[in-house]
Amino acid sequence: MKRRLLLWLPFGLVAALFVVFYAGLKHPDDHVIASRMVGQPLPQFAAAPAFPDRPGAATADFADGKPRLLNVFASWCVPCRDEVPMLVRLRELGAEVDGIAVHDAAPDLRQFLAQYGDPYARIGLDAAGRAQMAFGSAGVPETFVVDGRGRILYQQIGVVTEADVPRLMAMLAGGK
Amino acid sequence: MIAEAGLAALWLGAAMALLQLLLGVLALGGRREFLGPAVAPVAVVQAALVGLAFACLIAVFARSDMSVLLVAANSHSAKPMLYKVAGAWGNHEGSMLLWVTILALAGATIALFERKLRADTRLATLAAQGAIALGFYAFLLFASNPFARIAGVSEGQGLNPLLQDPGLAFHPPTLYLGYVGMSAAFSFAVGALVTRNVGPDFARAMRPWVLGAWVFLTIGITAGSYWAYYTLGWGGWWFWDPVENASLMPWLAATALLHSVTVLATRDGLRAWTIMLSVLAFSMSMVGTFLVRSGILTSVHSFAVDPERGVFILALLAIYIGGALALFAARIATVSEGNRFDLVSREAALVVNNLILSVMLVVVMAGTLYPLILEAATGAKISVGAPYYNSVAGPLALALMMLVAAGPLLRWRRDAPRLVLDRMALALVAGAAALLLLALFARNTGVLPLLGLVAAAVVGVASLAPLWQRRLSRTPLFTWGMVLAHLGCAVSLAGMASDSAFTVENMTTARAGETRSVGPFAVRLEGVRERPGPNYQALEAVLAVTRASGQPFTMMPQLHQFTDPPMTTNQAAIATFWNGQLYITLGEDTDGTTFLLRMWWKPFVTLIWVGGALIALGGALSLLGRVRRDWWGNRWPWAARRAGAPAEAAA
Repeated sequence: MKRRLLLWLPFGLVAALFVVFYAGLKHPDDHVIASRMVGQPLPQFAAAPAFPDRPGAATADFADGKPRLLNVFASWCVPCRDEVPMLVRLRELGAEVDGIAVHDAAPDLRQFLAQYGDPYARIGLDAAGRAQMAFGSAGVPETFVVDGRGRILYQQIGVVTEADVPRLMAMLAGGK
Repeated sequence: MIAEAGLAALWLGAAMALLQLLLGVLALGGRREFLGPAVAPVAVVQAALVGLAFACLIAVFARSDMSVLLVAANSHSAKPMLYKVAGAWGNHEGSMLLWVTILALAGATIALFERKLRADTRLATLAAQGAIALGFYAFLLFASNPFARIAGVSEGQGLNPLLQDPGLAFHPPTLYLGYVGMSAAFSFAVGALVTRNVGPDFARAMRPWVLGAWVFLTIGITAGSYWAYYTLGWGGWWFWDPVENASLMPWLAATALLHSVTVLATRDGLRAWTIMLSVLAFSMSMVGTFLVRSGILTSVHSFAVDPERGVFILALLAIYIGGALALFAARIATVSEGNRFDLVSREAALVVNNLILSVMLVVVMAGTLYPLILEAATGAKISVGAPYYNSVAGPLALALMMLVAAGPLLRWRRDAPRLVLDRMALALVAGAAALLLLALFARNTGVLPLLGLVAAAVVGVASLAPLWQRRLSRTPLFTWGMVLAHLGCAVSLAGMASDSAFTVENMTTARAGETRSVGPFAVRLEGVRERPGPNYQALEAVLAVTRASGQPFTMMPQLHQFTDPPMTTNQAAIATFWNGQLYITLGEDTDGTTFLLRMWWKPFVTLIWVGGALIALGGALSLLGRVRRDWWGNRWPWAARRAGAPAEAAA
């Protein structure tokens, strides 16, 4: 009898699987990649300093009571150039902007900052893209609002535009 | 007219499939002498009809007949001819027609050439093949008519530029030959269950079909991997995309089947398991097709398809897979258990091989379906990426490699561990040497790539060991096949491990005249120019590349700007050397003077596909060897029949 039941096991498993398939068909994928990080503590990461005269970025730097912006960017990323002026403006308004440069190299980075502007208090070099993976961030640029306790309040996918500046400042103000 | 002729042929083909099923069932029901002989010819006619329908589809695409909806939606009159023809299956309806065509072809080949199988099992097999075909005909005719007309369209919307590549001409057909070829194994298993005929003779009859489908599947996957590698411009060769997984799952099942069928044929063991795998391999093919065609999972291979069609395919799958598994559950208990064997024996090694392959299959399937199950249960959306697969499937693959090395050196039934170690001595020395070399010269290799390289050395030497002290001219073809396929595993593994251990990447921007470096190469951007293509505008960078003290050579990565439909694709420049590939892509220009270059130096990456080709070649040799022995009486059909020639000793 036991062997009999065992033989029906594949059938049962497949039947269950088909129920899931059917459910999946009834709720087609909406193709929106939503961040699962919002509301979560900052994941563990440590990006080494890109330059000797400026600190890198790591999880531990983010839970000291001060809300910050964390910008994931790269010197080879074209849209990142367009958002530098906005990040500079945010810094002038009193926000601390930290950066993680993904798949990048220090000389390229230096040239990028000299040419387009430099809003960053910290710059971590994420040469292998590990930190980026930890964030669940898919591309560059992305900007995270991190509150004083090291939790992610908001994830902006894509370029920070002029319209985003007041919103980001408001979130930083509320994140203490 | 051509489209109507195609549609008519399709309807007639469906009628033939129905006839094939009915005649088969009735013949098995007791009127075998009368009805039995008709089944095979019907299967052949069915294949001819659907072949005609497929030819009609290609004709309307080649002629750019925009009054056919499918052509208008997926083709463009300015497209090169190759892509017009290949475009016939670069869409949902066309690819389903290709699927049915190959299904009917497989049935016809069984009808024409299968002589080893017991007559009633052969009838049941053909009837099962007819039943499968019938469902997919219904799907085509009622939910995916490729020949539907549309009025008032003068120009087509074009083909997805990513598909405008010679790869489209051969990747889907070979992959489908593999996928759908597995239907033969499925039908054989159903036939064997219905007629209660599971034994060595059955296994010997089924083996060539499994081998054939497996060879095509291997070629399809290998070619698809290289296509993705050079066309997507990310420098990767496997992305654990749901559809790649969908092709890997039947391959894993078929690889397990290939080995278990040998145990059944040689030692009459693993009866129920072999039947189960036969059902599983084609089920995986169908599930894969469903996952792609229904749009249920997001993938680069998804065509836009409405959910109604998904429900249709799902119902078909439920009938076929559920039916086969129910038949299995009801009948297999009446199949007596096969022969038993010792713990240290080739059978045992093959059982472990099957277990590992099955676990890998479950791992891949779990990763592919987990997001779907989680979303159905909790509504949460996640995606499962390479880190999961690499960390779980990697160690399993390494364990499997140890079996690939040791398995062929074990004797059937019973062996002594000491003797096996003796036979493997040389291979183990090779492994130790590789480990030593890596420890000395490549310290920063990750653990998995390091083990991969060592395992590749062990398997590479061990795979040749079965030829040791044999007269090579007397060695049967299928032994050569096994040796080559296993050597291919080692070669491919070496390529994968080397790629992940030693690849150097440089993502950078450059202006004309500037030089950047990657690995041992210095790359100088000479300039960037525009070039018109047949149906796109190309931006082409001219790079002067030098390696150490060598002569400079030119590489020209391109960006293609398509207008129908609007899309940009990357044409990587790849320079191949004996010890690796330099891979460079061009990014969009930023201000007209600065360009993004992404460069990789990938040592020995080519071995991945060379290994894949060796595996397929090994399978093909093995197939030839089996067919020669089992079908042609151990001689070549073109060799003159010698009266009274001494029969060669069968190995």
